[in-house]
Amino acid sequence: MKDTMTLIPLLIVLGAIGIPVLVYAALGVGEGILRTFPPVLRRSARPWVWLSLPILLIVLILLYPVIDTIRTSFKNARVDDWVGLDNYLWAFSGTMLEVIGNNVLWLIAFPLCVVVLALITAVLFDKVKYEPFAVTIAVLPTAISFTAGAVIWGQMYSFQPAGMAQFGTINGFLSLFGIKPVAWLIEPVINNFALIFIAVWLQLGIATLILSSAIKNVGDDMVEAARLDGAGDFRVFFSIILPNILPSVLVVLTTMIIAALKVFDIVYVMTNGNFGTDVIANRLYYELFAMNNLGHASAIAVVLLITALPVALINIHQFRTEAGK
Amino acid sequence: MTMTDTTMPASAPFKRQRKLPRLSRFVVHGVVVLFMASWLLPILALLVSSFRRQADTAASGWWWAFLRPNFTMQNYTLALDQLDIAGSLTTSVAIALPTTIITVLLSLIGAYALVRMQFRGRMALSLALVALLVTPPQITLVPLLKLYYTFGISGTIPGIWLYQVGFTLPFGVFLLRGFIASIPAELYEAAELDGASQLRIFRSVVMPLARPIMASLGLMAFLWSWNDLLTPLLFMGGSSHAAPVTVNLAGLANQTSQGQGPLMAATFLSVIIPLFLIVALQRYFVRGILGGAVKG
Repeated sequence: MKDTMTLIPLLIVLGAIGIPVLVYAALGVGEGILRTFPPVLRRSARPWVWLSLPILLIVLILLYPVIDTIRTSFKNARVDDWVGLDNYLWAFSGTMLEVIGNNVLWLIAFPLCVVVLALITAVLFDKVKYEPFAVTIAVLPTAISFTAGAVIWGQMYSFQPAGMAQFGTINGFLSLFGIKPVAWLIEPVINNFALIFIAVWLQLGIATLILSSAIKNVGDDMVEAARLDGAGDFRVFFSIILPNILPSVLVVLTTMIIAALKVFDIVYVMTNGNFGTDVIANRLYYELFAMNNLGHASAIAVVLLITALPVALINIHQFRTEAGK
Repeated sequence: MTMTDTTMPASAPFKRQRKLPRLSRFVVHGVVVLFMASWLLPILALLVSSFRRQADTAASGWWWAFLRPNFTMQNYTLALDQLDIAGSLTTSVAIALPTTIITVLLSLIGAYALVRMQFRGRMALSLALVALLVTPPQITLVPLLKLYYTFGISGTIPGIWLYQVGFTLPFGVFLLRGFIASIPAELYEAAELDGASQLRIFRSVVMPLARPIMASLGLMAFLWSWNDLLTPLLFMGGSSHAAPVTVNLAGLANQTSQGQGPLMAATFLSVIIPLFLIVALQRYFVRGILGGAVKG
């Protein structure tokens, strides 16, 4: 134990100072070599000197694994024989159907819940003087890990059988009104929503930030004109503000869809997929470590990637239009 | 709307303050205050529980602490010592700090080259970056586990740097790219006329100007690294170091032997640094969020 403790400060110095200095020095060496090149060649070689490290890392950590996983997804558990589409047939059958169903629920309920709540908070915060303070409070949970969030909400959802004293915050509150306690994490369907709400609590701040900045960019003259025409608050919101901030709403939706796809920590810590709450990412972990089935795990991963693909295409399309301007 | 103006400060200086009727003003304040209270409640509950005595936690809900105050620091000494949260926090710092600095530096280098240098394949490279923004981390796990074992970097802290830096780079380059493109070209041209080398321009023009957006990226990279469970869970197996704080917490949450109090103290210790950072650096966080979102 002790000798690893003395190793750690060394590691921090190496990683936080040594490697950055090395990277910068490598750039200097690269530029020095470039100087010996004729000017035309220098210009065309320079970008690759600068980009070599970032590209190398991205290829190693992202590109190569994606390609290799796609290949493995057509192989058996021990990756020594091709099995065609078997892993994919498995991924859409039997117990996997419930898992996929849960992910679909996450994919719909989580982004929707975040967008609706963020619209309400962004609009209402805009009307109060203590907005910065309110925003800070909404943003606080975004700094908390999903793991810590799960522990925190374990205490909120804690359940004792009816008739006993309730230690959980929500059940304790309900018992004040004589309402029977709910087994938030065990009761089917309810437990999925209980888990989803933890993610909402953790991520809402990001959506509130994006939407409230969008609302502030809506022209005041437009809002004023509508008001002069006698439009009420709701009318102004639905016919002026909402259409104008639609692009930002889409940004929030796609961000949250991606987050919903990847959700792992909350389920892993709170229920480990029991009581009908399993999701794809947690199942992948299980296939990998409990079952040692690399083929199954890879097929699940590819399903995740394919689900994220439409969002990637939207982003690319958007990027091209921006760049074309 | 262009990419670049998203890096502007988020809040306009003035507020649309129309006099609302008394009743709806009351409703607005009511809803906002209720929201703030319920959003803070889980953190408050965590804090209070972490100071309660073991016997009290086992007998009543945390809110009884307000009626019968009886606090102790014992949970914290237990968590730091017996649950080795002190070791875990050290490991987490050793992972997150280098990851953050290396990510910011490499992102700045990549973004600068991508914006300021003309070459074939530039657009293709940018598009590939944008596409990679949404890659689920899960798809990289199986091949990288094999690779890490082959090269013997499994279970090492530098192995985690490597993964987290590589995974965050597309976002980092994307975020800084938008900012660097907004720097007026005249600044570079003036420096070039003065005979400054590319490296000199990078160090003396780009780096100082980009400091705020580098802070945004740094904050986000740190939070991601610190809060990441999946990567260290997979790649830190068999390590001689204490488990990073998320891994330690996840393990504690799945067993009940240590009791509720120490678990709550451990959790609170794990969120102190990120909470402090986000409150202190909130404006950088806002910039990061707004600049990083691809406008739809």
